Amino acid sequence: MPDLVQFELVSPERLILSTEVEMVVVPGTEGNFGVLPGHAPLISTIRPGTIDIYQGGAVTERIFVVSGIAEVTPERCTVLADEAMAPDSLDRATIEAELQTAEGNLPTLREQIGRAQGAERERLATELRHVERQQNVARAKLQALTELSR
Amino acid sequence: MPSLKDLRNRIRSVRSTQKITSAMKMVAASRLRRAQEQAEAARPYAQRMERVLGSLASRMAGLPGAPPLLAGTGKDDVHLLVVATSDRGLAGGFNATILREARRRFRELDNAGKTVRILTIGRKGRDSLRRDYGRLIHDSLTDIGRRRVSFEEARDIAARILTLFEAGEFDVCTIIFNRFRSAITQIVTVQQLIPFAAPAGLTEEPTSDMAGAIYEFEPSEEEILAELLPNNLAVQIYTALLENAASEQGARMTAMDNATRNAGDMIDRLTMNYNRTRQAVITKELIEIISGAEAL
Repeated sequence: MPDLVQFELVSPERLILSTEVEMVVVPGTEGNFGVLPGHAPLISTIRPGTIDIYQGGAVTERIFVVSGIAEVTPERCTVLADEAMAPDSLDRATIEAELQTAEGNLPTLREQIGRAQGAERERLATELRHVERQQNVARAKLQALTELSR
Repeated sequence: MPSLKDLRNRIRSVRSTQKITSAMKMVAASRLRRAQEQAEAARPYAQRMERVLGSLASRMAGLPGAPPLLAGTGKDDVHLLVVATSDRGLAGGFNATILREARRRFRELDNAGKTVRILTIGRKGRDSLRRDYGRLIHDSLTDIGRRRVSFEEARDIAARILTLFEAGEFDVCTIIFNRFRSAITQIVTVQQLIPFAAPAGLTEEPTSDMAGAIYEFEPSEEEILAELLPNNLAVQIYTALLENAASEQGARMTAMDNATRNAGDMIDRLTMNYNRTRQAVITKELIEIISGAEAL
């Protein structure tokens, strides 16, 4: 039996991928790490970036992840991603537009929160977190795109 | 004795009701299938999250640096109860069972001298609890998962709960929802969200290979936990919402199936009655004609 790692990519909404791979490179918060069979047990957080799957010595699949956590054992690598997508589905222009709308909305929202009270304030705060998240995700996507194109 | 016209109207009205209930049953059945698929798809993430969290939590428990989301605030004076109901009715006992359990909890906590605060999800819960517990309700969320429950929504709810928790507004948070067993049975489940407790009922896969494993952590355990715990809260809420959505559709399907059958029985009875009355009228008319002829 060839030495393979059981690789799983899961998002909250579904199991995206579950295959045997030769090697997988995961973008950890403290640097990328490659997982081969027999890797020491590790739990690491993930920064936005691409997961590279290697089969037969070459990258066969790349998946963009926003953030999450990776669990590595000698025979398995599980990535719990908040959000995952194929890098081709990322389009610079769309993302830049998203980022701009998000940035445009922020000041108004912040101002509204300053004035609102009680439950209404909470509702706006949720909205604000939403937009801030969108902003961060968009930034992360742009960063990953730059890395990819290099 | 109702007249023929009354009976005819009655039959017509029952028949149109039956059409509605049987259509609702069909809709509920297809929504149920979708909801079940979604709940199924979300299970792997929840299971793995729990595995990672489990191994982390057992290491951190008892350590003084454990985050409050895991260890609690050290008090249990103020309880936040999240009551998850549906926006729409006509779902059999779905909302009633949740609300009954919720009321029981309120009384129990109240008798124990605790302060209760309520966060309702769904219109039905809000409307029903507002009457008796209006001043306890912190806020009500409606229109959650109108088409389908999204993780985004769960994350928003989690974020609100976290903000409250960080502001020291409550010590313990529990969610009440219906766990889906089958279209006929839904089980009211009370699950503690904060401080974190492994939910009962979610079958954990055997963790034999994990038991002795000593992990390295990148970055530190504390930082990972700090990221994982809020995320886990969202996952637990998401799971609860999905279970609830499936239960709601299941309960509605069963209720509407019964209603359709009852309407059918009723139509049969009314039709029998109608025919009998019609015959009686004919007979009566005949007798009148015959006795009229004889009298001549």
